[in-house]
Amino acid sequence: MGNAVVKIFGMPNITEAEVDPENNSIFLNGTQYHVNQLSWEPPVSGTIYGVLLNYQGAFHRYREQMAHSPYNEPPKAPILYIKPINTLSGYRSPIPLPEDADELEVGAALGVVIGRTATKVKEEEAFQYVAGYTVVNDVAIPHENIYRPAIRERARDGFNPVGPWIIKKESIVDPDSLDIRVFVNGKLAQKNNTKNFIRPVARLLADITEFMTLYPGDVLLTGVPEQAPLVKAGDHVRIEIEGVGSLENTIVHEADYVKGAVR
Amino acid sequence: MKRARVAMNGTIYEAIEDNGFLQLNDQHKVTEKDVVWLPPVSPRTVFALGLNYADHAKELSFHAPTEPLVFLKGPNTIVGHRSETKRPPDVDFMHYECELAVVIGKMARNVKASEAYEYVLGYTVANDYAVRDYLENYYRPNLRVKNRDAFTPIGPWLVDKEDIPDPMNLVLRTYVNGALVQEGNTKDMIFTIPMLIEYLTSFMTLNYGDIILTGTPKGAVNVNVGDEVITEIEGIGRLINRII
Repeated sequence: MGNAVVKIFGMPNITEAEVDPENNSIFLNGTQYHVNQLSWEPPVSGTIYGVLLNYQGAFHRYREQMAHSPYNEPPKAPILYIKPINTLSGYRSPIPLPEDADELEVGAALGVVIGRTATKVKEEEAFQYVAGYTVVNDVAIPHENIYRPAIRERARDGFNPVGPWIIKKESIVDPDSLDIRVFVNGKLAQKNNTKNFIRPVARLLADITEFMTLYPGDVLLTGVPEQAPLVKAGDHVRIEIEGVGSLENTIVHEADYVKGAVR
Repeated sequence: MKRARVAMNGTIYEAIEDNGFLQLNDQHKVTEKDVVWLPPVSPRTVFALGLNYADHAKELSFHAPTEPLVFLKGPNTIVGHRSETKRPPDVDFMHYECELAVVIGKMARNVKASEAYEYVLGYTVANDYAVRDYLENYYRPNLRVKNRDAFTPIGPWLVDKEDIPDPMNLVLRTYVNGALVQEGNTKDMIFTIPMLIEYLTSFMTLNYGDIILTGTPKGAVNVNVGDEVITEIEGIGRLINRII
């Protein structure tokens, strides 16, 4: 038993363990290890859905444009996208900077991991369907136009590091009030709080499962705050979410990118 | 060879088509009505193409795109032959889309169009339903339109690539309650199968079992509760779905 679910390289299964998100450590067989002493695999395997413009600041940046072509009016339903399986990677896996991009946008996202098959879930019962939370870097090539699906910008290999673990939901009193900080090369580059969600977690789950089922192991990325840091090859990114954990990855040139490498 | 995944007596079987019968992997022969049809491929990443036939783009008042309009679909949408799809109450326009589905056979990255068919496992028929009432102009077509539960029947068969010498010249037809409502030919695709594989693998990795729905020709007509919708592609199969 423990407060987290982990997938450590070499272990056949996802297992429960006791972790300390503040000290970035895990207890295995009674010994405390720092996260960097172990190799981590992404602790999730389902479909990953992202939500666009779910932070008030991110939404308001588009407010003016929403009245005009091609958008014409503000969105009604959550704006969703899918991060396919080729994007999935883990703690300390490198993030490739494609040759056709100058820089990448860091997407500091609280990931909600689904625990039970969720169809037409009521907002007040939504947390019954949540297994836990994880830290996700929802990487994208910067793009201003959001009229067409951004597959080229969001679905590149390695563009979705997840981890290092899933914190079980019981450890998080209120997922709609968590500090998020992004550090680039050790310097604070972005700070926000999930209280700035337009749709809080339960509302998102209700609005999404109204028309599509989420399955155990699926991950819902709850949005990326405004003023996302831009990074280049060589930059080290750490995303901290209060009580959930810290996710670290380094950007590398695509030519140097090998899946499974650790930097 | 035509391959299917079916369920019978609490067991999931692989099956092959044999003179109108299904031969299960335990060698039993059964009829099409004896089994529950599952999607012939267990879906992983599913791509779909918007506006990939010039006549359909024109029908929707769009210019033909200069770059493929690609969107993704979740596994919640995929159902098999003889499935049922729910029409939401209080909508005005829900339509079918008959599409040739290409199934990827091996990991593919930076594949040239001239070599693209080496990465194809086979083909199946897809019916990629949409509810136009829910269209919004953000990451359009948005998931509420195209990613609804059970909105993408595929099947009945996965047909081996070797059995389809020219997938770029196949007639597609849709029938609603027996009446022909949509007809086209895959030769009218704007971006061909090799072009789509080259395009996608130029920026991402495709994996075994990934599916590319290659778009639909013109002829999108509203369907209602109770309608039987049959999407059919020459040499690939005849996919039946009912609107409930």
